[in-house]
This record gives sequence, C-alpha cells and structure tokens, in this order.
Amino acid sequence: MKASRVPEGLWIKCPGCSQIIYNKDLATNLNVCPKCAHHLRVNAADRLRMLFDGGSWTEYDKGLVSMDPLAFNDTKPYKARLKASTDATGLKDAVIVGSGSIDGIQTIVAAMEYEFIGGSMGVVVGEKITRGIERAIDERWPVVIVCCSGGARMMEGALSLMQMAKICGALAQLDRARLPYISVLTDPTTGGVTASFAMLGDLNIAEPKALIGFAGPRVIEQTIRQKLPEGFQRSEFLLQKGMLDLVIDRREMKAVIANALRFMGASQTDTAAAAIAPTAVAAAGRPARQA
Amino acid sequence: MAPDTLEFEESIAVILKEIEALALLPATEARDRQMESHRGRLESTRAQLYASLTPWQRVQVARHPSRPGFEDFIARLFTGFLEIHGDRRFADDHAVMSGFAEYHGERVLVVGHVKGTDTKAKIHRNFGYARPEGYRKALRTMRLAEKFRRPIVVFVDTPAAYPGIESEERGVAEAIAVNLRDMMLLDTPVIVIVSGEGGSGGALGIAVGDRVLMQEFAIYSVIPPEGCAAILWRDPAKKVEAAAALKLTAPDLLKAGLIDEIVPEPVGGAHTDPVAAARMVDEVLARALTEVSALDSDTRLGRRYEKFRNMGRVGIDFVEEGR
Ligand SMILES: [Zn+2]
Repeated sequence: MKASRVPEGLWIKCPGCSQIIYNKDLATNLNVCPKCAHHLRVNAADRLRMLFDGGSWTEYDKGLVSMDPLAFNDTKPYKARLKASTDATGLKDAVIVGSGSIDGIQTIVAAMEYEFIGGSMGVVVGEKITRGIERAIDERWPVVIVCCSGGARMMEGALSLMQMAKICGALAQLDRARLPYISVLTDPTTGGVTASFAMLGDLNIAEPKALIGFAGPRVIEQTIRQKLPEGFQRSEFLLQKGMLDLVIDRREMKAVIANALRFMGASQTDTAAAAIAPTAVAAAGRPARQA
Repeated sequence: MAPDTLEFEESIAVILKEIEALALLPATEARDRQMESHRGRLESTRAQLYASLTPWQRVQVARHPSRPGFEDFIARLFTGFLEIHGDRRFADDHAVMSGFAEYHGERVLVVGHVKGTDTKAKIHRNFGYARPEGYRKALRTMRLAEKFRRPIVVFVDTPAAYPGIESEERGVAEAIAVNLRDMMLLDTPVIVIVSGEGGSGGALGIAVGDRVLMQEFAIYSVIPPEGCAAILWRDPAKKVEAAAALKLTAPDLLKAGLIDEIVPEPVGGAHTDPVAAARMVDEVLARALTEVSALDSDTRLGRRYEKFRNMGRVGIDFVEEGR
C-alpha cells in the first residue's frame, strides 16, 4: 500500500487560517487544521484508512485501466495524462473500491482520488463503482461513496457521460434491495458526479465548506454576468437549501456513518457475512440478467 | 447569405440566391428549365457537402435555428396533444414540455426539451436550458404514464441544464440524478429520440430508456465543444478540434454502443425538409415502440438496465490488468 502523501517538509501553511501547522499534527488530526478546523484534501487511500476498522480493507478491480477509447488528444494525449496521474498517485484510475468493516459493519466503500485527473469519472470509475454496488447487492452489504470529483471525464466523451446513468441504475437496484447507501460529499464535488450518485444517498453527508454544485462557479458567473454570493455552492449553503442531510466534521464522520448504518438495519457481523439481513420484500433484488 | 444556410454552406447559398432571382422573372419555358437545372445542382451540391460533414459542421446543423424540434414533431407525428404543466413543487418550466397524445391510435406521453423558434419564444423557453423543475415535471408526468401503462416518447434537444443561481439553489443536480435512477425502473416502454443537441447531463436527465434513437445530424456530448476547448486547449477558438476529439456525432455514438439506432435525415439536414424528416422519425419510432411494447415488464426492465450497464466494454473501452 502506498504511504500517506503528506506534503513534503515538516510543516505547511494552513489555507484556512494561514498559520503554521506541523505535518505530524495534521496527520494525527485527519488532515484537519487543529487551529481553525479547515479541512484539507485527503487522498483516496487515506480516506479508506480513516473509515475502515484497523485501516485495512480488501480492494476490488484494482487492475482496471482505460483504453483511451476516443484516442483523445488535446494539448497533450489522454494516454500521457493517464500515465502522469498513475505515476503521481500509484493508482490506475480515480477511485479505489474496497470492502472492510466500519465499526464492525461490513461495507463497500468507494473513495475518489482528486489527484487523478481531477477525480473525473470515466469508464473505469463508472465500472468500478457499479461493480462495487453489484457486489454489495449480492453480499447484502451497505455502500458508502466518498465523492471528490470535478465531474465526468471529457477525454472519454459521451461514454463518461453514460457512466452517470450506469451507476444510478445500479443504485436503483441497491435501493430496491433495501440496502443502505451513504454519499459523502467532499471538496470538490461537481458536474456529472453531483448530478448522479453524489445526490442519491439515503443520506447525503458533506464535509464543512466543500464546493458542491452542478455547474462550475465560473460557468454560472459567465451565464448571469455577475459575481456569485459568498458561500454559494458550499456545504452550508446546500444544507440551508435542503439538499444535504448533514454537514459533519471529518473527525466525526466515521461515527456518524456507523450510527446511520445501524439505523438502516446494519449490524456487526463476522467478516464477509451479510451486514443487512434479507427481508421478504428485499428478495426481489436486481432484475435477472439477460443472456 | 441566404437566411437558412450555415457558414459552411456558401456553395448552397449561392445556388439558392440564383433560384430566388429566377423566381422573380416572368415565367417562361426557358426560365423554368434554368430553375430546374439549378435545383438539380442544389441537390447534388448538398449531397456532396453532407456526405462528408466534419464534426463541427454537424454541431452547427444540430443547432440550426430552423431545425424541427419538439413542437414540430408534436404537430407532425401526434394528434390531440394535451399539455400537462408543472412539477407540483415550484413552477412550470417552459424549457421542458410534457403531455398526452395519440400516436398511431395509441395513447402515449410525449416529453421533451423545447428551444423555441422566434426570439420571443426562445426567451420564453429559456433557449431549451431546463431548470430543476423541468426535470421534476418530466419525471412526475412519466410516473403518470407508468401508472396508467402508457408508453413514453422522449425528444432530447438542449444545450445543457441551465447554469444559474436558482438552478443550483433548487437542486438541478439532484433533479437529474433522481431521474437517472428512477427512469431506469419506470415500468412502461420508454423510447428516447435525440433530435438536436444532446447537451450532457441536461440531456441525459430525460434520456434513460429502452431504446435510444438519434437523428443523423444530432449530437450527444459530455460537454459543448466550446467548453471543452476553453478547458483543455485554454482557447475557445479550438472548438472545431474539440468537436472532432469528443466523438459526438451519431455514427460515433452508435459505434461506441451508446445509442441503439440512427434515424436518417433528408440530405441537407432535417430543417431542409421537416415533412420528410418527421416521416423518417416516424418509421423508426413506430417500429421501436412496437418491439419494446411486445416485451413483458421483467424482460424490458432487465434489458434496459443491461443496456446502460454495458456502456464501457472490456477489451474495447478498458482492460483488466493482472487477470
Ligand atoms: Zn487553519
């Protein structure tokens, strides 16, 4: 497993309060500023470490790699962007999907990686998350997705757009199987990710002050030709507008998720056992696969 | 330039002007012969031009101001349209229309984006940019169709969902997301026709169905070429390159397995002959509706899920390393 990528050197300047924070203090505080509670970004592996008991999990579909289906080339070939992102993150695409226990509850967690082409969703992200949801249905596990993404991946064209429908379709099956889905929205969650799985949680929980929206702030400013109000498209704004269930400090996140999963019928089990007991209604599951 | 021609149709515009000028002359046999020959030349020039349109030219055709849209299809393919308004939550969005109609003797729900034709109508329709209530109206009325077992026909033609303050405040992302999830389980046949601009999430938000058809010169894209150029090339003028790179044409989408069928258009695009264009839509739509309606619910819903589930193919779009 790749080591936690704390910024180099012994300290950084907090973007929230401009004070000096020592990296070791940041690391023990889940990348939250001990002075002003500013939430710094967390990479996908660290995110899973924070949520899973003992910081360990079983990873799925690690080897999925985009084939660059459009042979996309702008100022730089897409293949080169993929390689640069892989070199920088040690990942093959912008999400890690794994199962493990959250306070004893076996759960599928998908965590998005912003350092991989802005956490954008292409075919691999779509496929890995969909497989994760289907696995959850088969095993009767809850699903948690930690969103951190600029939206659909332009370099895969309409194929990336369709991943929105694909994942939402899988979530429809999860819903019908009466299994819990918690969406965790972190800074930033925008575009096609917001307009698909990020907003479909049984609970939509955001970290404080995260940018969450459909259109990007600059696109909106260009459309309406005026400055956007302070705090627009931030977690607290969405909470006020009724789009989020909760805004929760990262340091409380795991406890709140575990609490919510218990409300939703999950119980502590031996590893790999169903976390949610099947019910007569839930037995319907997803429609039979066509040959 | 003739009013209805695009910038790349200069050769067509010239012939149209010549025909126009001839029409003003007194009718003689010689004039008629000349007009006839001009018309022949018009046809062949158009055919040649349209046989090899670039992706950016297709974008322009898809956005043509005279391109037949929702209201045109309602008038030509359906009878007795009764519009249903509002999302029962906030407002009636004029960029999305929905209503009951008859199609070949069968009662159906027709839903679609509307861009508007003249300036006044365009403003009224917000140029086809739907707000959250448009998506919610669409789903609300689709549920009505489901309840009474009526098939749904959807026409998709929008630049994008409206990127404005009120859209965000009222949860446009949530509205689209709910549609994507719930349309997947709508227990009634759903046929989608991408008829103009398939503008990213704003289009997809009403475009989950058993069959997704696409008119020959329509486009379907994750982002407008201008936006893509601005972000990746940092130069909006690179829209021509972006349009090509995004693979947003109907043949591209068919090849990628993202649509089911291309509906042919008259040479020169649907706007040059709306009657013929509607007839061509009718042919494919009627067949698709018959085929999908013949399936039992479980089969139909299972196939609908599998269709979108399989967007992204092993060995073509992605590989599994280490297996
Ligand atoms: Zn601070």
